[in-house]
Formats: sequence, C-alpha cells, structure tokens
Amino acid sequence: MDIFDFLSRVNNLSGISGYEKNVSDVVADIFKEYCDEVTVDSFYNVTGKKSMGGGRNPRVMLAAHMDEVGMLVTGIDDKGFLSFEGIGLDQRILPGQEVRVHGRKELLGLIGAKPPHLQKPGEANKAVDIKDLAIDLAMDCDDVKKFVRVGDTITFKSPVIHMNGNRITGKSLDDRAGVAVMVQAMKELDHLNYGAEVRFVATTQEELGSRGAQISTYDNLPDVGIAIDVTHGDTPDAPKEQTCILGKGPAVGMGPNMHPKLTHRMMDMAKEYGIAYQPEVIPGHSGTDAWVMQVTRSGVPTVLVSVPLRYMHTTVETMDLNDIKNAGRLIALFISSLKEADECFNY
Amino acid sequence: MKQLLKKLTSAYGPSGNEETVREIIKKEIEGCVDEIKTDSLGNLIAVKKGSGSKVMIAAHMDQIGLVVTYIDDTGFLRFAPAGGFDVTDLIDRKVIFGNGIVGVVSYENEIKEIKDVTVNNMYIDIGAKDREDALTKVQEGDAAVYYTTFGGNGDRVTSCALDNRSSCAVLIETIKNLKDSPHEIYFVFTVQEELGSRGASTAAFAIEPSACIAVDVTDTGDTPKSQPMSVKLGEGPAIKVFDQSVMVHPAIKNIMIDEAEKLGVPYQMEVLKAGGTDTGAVALSKSGVPSGCLSIPCRYMHSDSEMVDISDMEGGVKLLTGLLNDGIRI
Amino acid sequence: MLQLLKSLTETDGVSGDEGRVREFIKKEISPYVDKMITDSMGNLIAVKKGSAENPKKVMLDAHMDEVGLIITHICDDGMLKFGVIGIDQRVLLSKRVMIAGRVPGVLGIKAIHLQKRDERNRVVKADDMYIDIGARSKEEAEGLVSLGDYATFTTECEDIGSGRIKAKALDDRAGCAVLIEVLKDNYPDDLYVNFAVQEEAGLRGAGIAAYRINPDIGLALEGTTCSDVPGADEHMYSTVMGCGPAISIIDRSSYSSKDIVNGLIDAAEDAGIPYQMKRTMTGGNDAGMIQRTHEGVKTGVVSVPVRYIHSPAAIMDVTDFENTVSLIKEFLKKGACCK
Repeated sequence: MDIFDFLSRVNNLSGISGYEKNVSDVVADIFKEYCDEVTVDSFYNVTGKKSMGGGRNPRVMLAAHMDEVGMLVTGIDDKGFLSFEGIGLDQRILPGQEVRVHGRKELLGLIGAKPPHLQKPGEANKAVDIKDLAIDLAMDCDDVKKFVRVGDTITFKSPVIHMNGNRITGKSLDDRAGVAVMVQAMKELDHLNYGAEVRFVATTQEELGSRGAQISTYDNLPDVGIAIDVTHGDTPDAPKEQTCILGKGPAVGMGPNMHPKLTHRMMDMAKEYGIAYQPEVIPGHSGTDAWVMQVTRSGVPTVLVSVPLRYMHTTVETMDLNDIKNAGRLIALFISSLKEADECFNY
Repeated sequence: MKQLLKKLTSAYGPSGNEETVREIIKKEIEGCVDEIKTDSLGNLIAVKKGSGSKVMIAAHMDQIGLVVTYIDDTGFLRFAPAGGFDVTDLIDRKVIFGNGIVGVVSYENEIKEIKDVTVNNMYIDIGAKDREDALTKVQEGDAAVYYTTFGGNGDRVTSCALDNRSSCAVLIETIKNLKDSPHEIYFVFTVQEELGSRGASTAAFAIEPSACIAVDVTDTGDTPKSQPMSVKLGEGPAIKVFDQSVMVHPAIKNIMIDEAEKLGVPYQMEVLKAGGTDTGAVALSKSGVPSGCLSIPCRYMHSDSEMVDISDMEGGVKLLTGLLNDGIRI
Repeated sequence: MLQLLKSLTETDGVSGDEGRVREFIKKEISPYVDKMITDSMGNLIAVKKGSAENPKKVMLDAHMDEVGLIITHICDDGMLKFGVIGIDQRVLLSKRVMIAGRVPGVLGIKAIHLQKRDERNRVVKADDMYIDIGARSKEEAEGLVSLGDYATFTTECEDIGSGRIKAKALDDRAGCAVLIEVLKDNYPDDLYVNFAVQEEAGLRGAGIAAYRINPDIGLALEGTTCSDVPGADEHMYSTVMGCGPAISIIDRSSYSSKDIVNGLIDAAEDAGIPYQMKRTMTGGNDAGMIQRTHEGVKTGVVSVPVRYIHSPAAIMDVTDFENTVSLIKEFLKKGACCK
C-alpha cells in the first residue's frame, strides 16, 4: 500500500479528539500487515510492535496522531439550526463549509454564510464569530432532534486528492500524514537490520494537548521517543524564518524539547544517506507529542521529525508526497543506527 | 438534602486549607464506608470495599479563597486569590477567616474605573487599628472565604461554595444510599481543584482506578441574554461531553446516558467552553483512566451567591447510585 | 562564596544547553556527595546519605538554566533571527550577546534620528529584532554560527554598592550556589539535590527528577523577584533587599505546606536568621512539579531576593545569600518536619 492509498483509506474517516475509534479500527488493521503485534488501549491509541526478535535494544516509541480538528454541537434552535463549538480550529475557515454531523446517523450539513447583499456596511471586513454561525441540516427542529443532540461531534468533508506533481490536499493531513510516515518506516525497516524493539503508536487527542501520547508513553516505557508531526509549510504570507519548504524534505526539530545528541544523529543519518532535510529550530513548546513524551515518568530522550504542510487546520491542507516518504525512510535509517547503551542518549 | 447542603456550604475550606470541611464530611460518612483515610495533600478517601474493579468517584471539597500575603502598617490586608475570581465579584463583599474574623473587600480609592481594579489594588479591611492590632487577629498566610447566608425559595437555593459543596452533598447521599455494587469504590473528596486539580492527580496516581466519574458544577445558559449554553437549572443533572480539561470518554458518556434513560432520570448534555474539572486530571493519570463527569447546573459560579436546584442534585444522586449499582465497564 | 557566584553566573547555560554549568557543579560537589546521576534531560541529581536511623528523603531543587536566545534563522544579509527563552522582550534592545560561547553579537535598533515620532513609544517585538554578528552575507554568517546555537547576555559578575553583587543569571545560579554550600555540611535526612534543567522553558526538568526520586518532602531554592524599586507599592515589592531569605506561602505553581513554612520560620527564629515572607503570588517554580509527583509531596519554596530577574543584569545582596544558606542548613539539621 503506498502513501496515497493509505491516506485515501484513512483520511476521510471522522475522528475528532476523543472520538477516534473508527480511525483507530482501520489503522489497527493496516498496522497488522507490517507489525508483529497490534494492540489498542482504552483511549484508542494503536500500538504496533515490531522487532527482529531477541529483546529490546533499545525500545523506541514513535508517535503520530490520528485525531483531527472539528466541532461539537452546543445547541439546537427551534428552527432546527445547530450552534457549535470549535475544537482546535481557525473560525475564519467556517463560512460556507460542508460538514458531517455524527448523531444517531450521519447527516450532511452546511455552515451558512450570510450573502453579501444582506451584510451591514463594514461587516464584510470583519471575521465572522463562531457564535454567529449555524449549521443548516435542511430539516425542521423535530426531525433534527430525532437524530442530533448536544455534544454530538461534527467533522469536515474534504477527502484527499492529488494535485499537480507530488502534491496532495485534503483535511486531517495533520497528522494522518504522520501515521503514513510510520507505515512507510515499517516498510523500510523490513529491508534493514536493526536491534531496536520498535513501537509505532498512532496516538489520540493530540489537538487537546497530546493526551493520548501522554498515557501511551507512560504505558510503553520507551528508551527513545520519536514524535512525527506536521510543520508550517512555506506560503507568501508567512515569514521565512517560521516556515519550512514543501518538497525540500522532512524537518528535524532542534531546541530544548529535543535531545541534542539524538537530534544530531538524525541529521547525520540524513547526510550519510543523501536524504534532504531542513533543520527547524523551536525555542520552546514544539506543539507536538514530543512535548509530553520528553517529560514522562523519569524522562524519555525525544526527537521530532515534521513534514511541511500548508494551511494547517483547514480543509485544504497541502503536502508533498515525497516529503512524507523521505521522512519514513529517514526515521527507519535512524532506528537501525541505534544500539543498546548507545552513547548518544547520554549527556 | 437542603440541611446537608447548608452545613457543607458554611464549612470553611479554601484551596490548600481544607482541614475543617474534611472533618465535617468525615463525620457525615463514618459508618457508611469500610475505610477512611487522608493522604499527604489532604484528600479524603473513603473506600467501599468490593471484589470487582476499582472505580473512583471524585468531588472537590475546596472552595475559592483569598490568601493574605501582606499586612501593611495601617492594618489593611493585601491578598492573593487561591482560585479564579472576577474582581467585580469581590468588591464590597464580606469574607471570613478560619478563626471567625470577618472582613470587607474593597479597592484603593484613587481607582476611578471598575475595569482598572485588579487584585493588586484591592485589600481586606478587618477593622484593625494598625499592623500590630491586625496581627492579633490574622497572620500572613491565613485564607478567607465568602461570608454569606444560605437561602432560597423551594428547590432553588443560593449560597457561596455551591461550587463544589453541592457535589460533595451528592457524593455523601450516594454513599448513604448505595447498597450493592460490582466495584470497589473510592469516593475521593479532593483538595486544591481550584488551583488546577492538584489533589485529583495525586489521588488517582495512588488508587489506579479502571474508571472515574467526577461530580462538579457547570455553567448554565438560562439567564437573560446569557452566553449560548444549553444547560438549564431544574432540567436534571448534566452529563458532561467536554470541558477544557477533558473530552469525556465516549463509552463512559454512553453508559451515563443509558443509565439515566433506564432509570427515567431527566438529564441534559453539557459542553462547557471555558473551565476545567478534576475529570481531566484523573483521565490522564498513568496509562489513562476512562473518565466522565456528572454536572450540577449552577448559576453565578465563583460569586458569593451561586444558585442550584435541589432536584438536579437529587437526580444526580439517583443517577450516580444507579451507575454504581449496575456497574461502569467499557 | 563570591568566587563561586562569579564562576556560576559567568558560565553560560540557557534552557536546553546547561552542560557547562552542570560540569562545573559536578566538580564543586563531588567531594561532598555519595552519588551523582545525569538524567535524559540533563538534570544533575546528587545523593547525600543522612546520619539518622530512619532518614526521610528530602529533595532540594535549584535550576541551572538561565533565560536566553536561540538562533532560528540566518538571513540572506547575514543577520540572525532568534527565539526567546524566558526573557521580557523589552530588555533586549541595545545589548551585547555571546553566541555559542564564542561569537559576539549585538541586538541593535534603528538610530533614534531615523525613527518616526510614534515609533519611539512602541515596543519592538522579538519577531522584528535581529542579531548582528558583523557578517556580510548568509555564507559568512554560516561560517561563524549554526542554527540552534544559544545566545546569552555578556554581563560580568562584579561588586556593586555596599555588600551587593551585579551579575546575570542570579535566577537561579544563586539557588544553585546555596545548594552547593549546603552540601558541604552533614544532616540527619537523605538529601537528593536536583540541579534542574529547563525551568525557564516551563518547569520542564524538575518533574522527571521528582518522579525518579519520589521524595518525602521537597524544597525549591529560587532567585526571586525583588521589586523594592521606584514606582512600586510596598505590597507589590514581592521581597525586600537586605531583609533575608523569602519564604513563599503560595505562588502560581504551588501552595506551600504549612508544616514546611512553620519549620522554616522556627529554624530562622531559633538561630536568629532574618527572614521575610514573599508578598505576592507571582511566579511559578519547580516546587509545583515536585508537589504533584506520585502520590503528592509536601513542598516549600525559599528564595534569595534578586532585583531585575529575567533581564541582562541583576542585583543581589550578599548577606541575603549567606542567610539563605544558613536558613536551609538550620532547617535541614532539625530533621524533616512532616512526621
């Protein structure tokens, strides 16, 4: 299964933070094709274990999250329109979006946008507040209440498609593309010699603060952590020093959240095997699962590999397939370079 | 229930100083549980032994308070908030210390606009002549809580500290009502929730429950031109879906809904935009604990006159008792 | 003690880059401790066994890291962009920094003659600033520094006024120096002294050390806000210079255990050591992480008053420092108080 096939299978599934079960089920099935053992915990984190046999030398845990940004129903008015709250998203993308409301059955909805002729002067220049938006299910109140209640989840409708060249676009590439990186790494490891016991974890609830990764790291007790996420891709409206370039390879995180020696090892492997990469300096919170992995129990030396992605947390997230593939390759090579009591963990 | 609630809300127990309210709760439940202990941060843990899996039921017993940080030469007290306060909820209010000393909260006279009032330009006046006189009444480090009377009309009750003594009352009544359960139940009256659920994290770490239900208050959207929120006073206890600390585990949420439907207890669904509870702290303990929350609708939270409906609390007791009777398993 | 403070404050160690400070401290304490461990984030944990029959585990914590900058981007014109770790961005302009311990740079600002009137009152954000290392192009700059290099202020530690010193990083090298001095004596309980990393990056190091140690009680040593300066009201001073070590009741990260606060006050009064109570609730520190670990730990915080923390140069009173050392020693000699 290549990367685009994986994303096609997984991307359009609905799974906001806490509600990842249907994504988890499919990811677990896919992991079974490449791992020795697959388990799912009570928070839907999927762990695929893979080793060449013979103990843990060291235990490496990878983390990439399956949850996506979305919304929750907060009210149903007497005309059947739904009010809602955003979980992790930019409210400016909402007017005119097609959504799916996950009640007793899945319903198609539209976030209405007030037509220009009805707007007050100056209104067009202000961003619409989420509390002034409503989801139109095109049904009357009694029918809506048969299927929908407060607290039901809402996701966007935007399946992944090919664009020009190696570019793809769709919703929730943050961070199902990261899970695709893990599957790529599983495939690459089948062609390498490695001593490590590898645990690939598709985590949950990252968008609410890496909650799945926190409990999964506690449970897995790794010696090394590798977080895999997306990072801001280059666009004309963003400063160069805060973005990475699409197509120029995975970004390797540098800064207090990452272990310096392991980070240099990752960059050395990239240089040795001719994989293009981009150093990404992060002064504090990396905004990824690495933040919690590093401080679990008595500490886990952690590295971060990110794939450039434009328009994060929108329905038009855009990436380069080669970056995803090369991230998987780089990580597999990194894993194969790790030995027990390897000097590079220590300070 | 009303009498119990009155007793609990007048018990002194600001975050970090919960000893007094802990003793009162202990006396209420003695004889109804198999074991009672207090841990190093002051959580009160009451165990109903059983052979099944461990379940934790948590309600925080602390209330928001004001901690005296400095007593000036003229005897006025400067303070730091222990918990979240809106300064407008403090101005001209009476407060009371653990030793019974009463004070009034006000702010520096030169401040002309209410929006410029902050904790840094407020003080508590205990009517002292000077610093020496003040020190005979209070010390730096002492904490004060709101001083109000408990009152109400019918089932609608108003007082300070309904956050979270109303939930403590729900727990106490549940402990008294509960006959059988497939679980070993840890009823935890937690400390320092208002400071970030510090007690709940450490209690959960020790207990290692397989599931948890917290009981706390939640906001309502039923006052004139209120912020949009679907919960209303008097329409039953709320089953939490989301707050800042937790996206409630779907399986636990569904178990709670199913039980409420089975018992015919009116209930509401709750999405709380701002504010967290002990639920999140327990959910993230060790390898994770599937957790949910039973919420008591409450108006005017963190003011000296909060308001709840006793029928919502009684519905909460029925629902919690039913859940523990039938079992919480995913 | 002054030489110790000079060496500690002049060694560079921004959050994430504490290695030099750690090596220095290791050399200083190794004659006085039984064991030393460096963990996965770089915390230095030193163990000193106590003489009592049933010693308690007392965790003492001071952080080694200081506020600073990290190089995030090298511009085409040779200028460097940076990220800020713990600093108030208003103190950055017109300062010298040292990058990777060897490359001097400056944080310049457009000359006043070239500014428009309204510009003079606007705060310049760190995102709009740059470091000039005198390179004429990106290539030249890349020959001198690398992405991810750390930069610190270049403040020298010197005597100032009467009995005071001026230095950078007194928050929290002062706390580290206190613990180094404390380790030279002997006590009834087992001491687990954590020289922590990354406190300025969000209390990041202490939690994993506390998890490993699982102490009975914890005490954080800090260099804390001393705002007894013009423009501040008395109750907002936080602490007053010259009035001795400050004991915290409550701050943003923890509520001190009453047993420990009373134990500290008793130790001070019995030995005639001046002390003060911290007047504000501001600031968080490692005690918050220790308090929350495992099944909960009783904690306290003792601080040396320091003016102008988180800025390039700070001031501390030497007698306050010495009294802090004495207070901790007296407190520990009485034995752990949470019986």
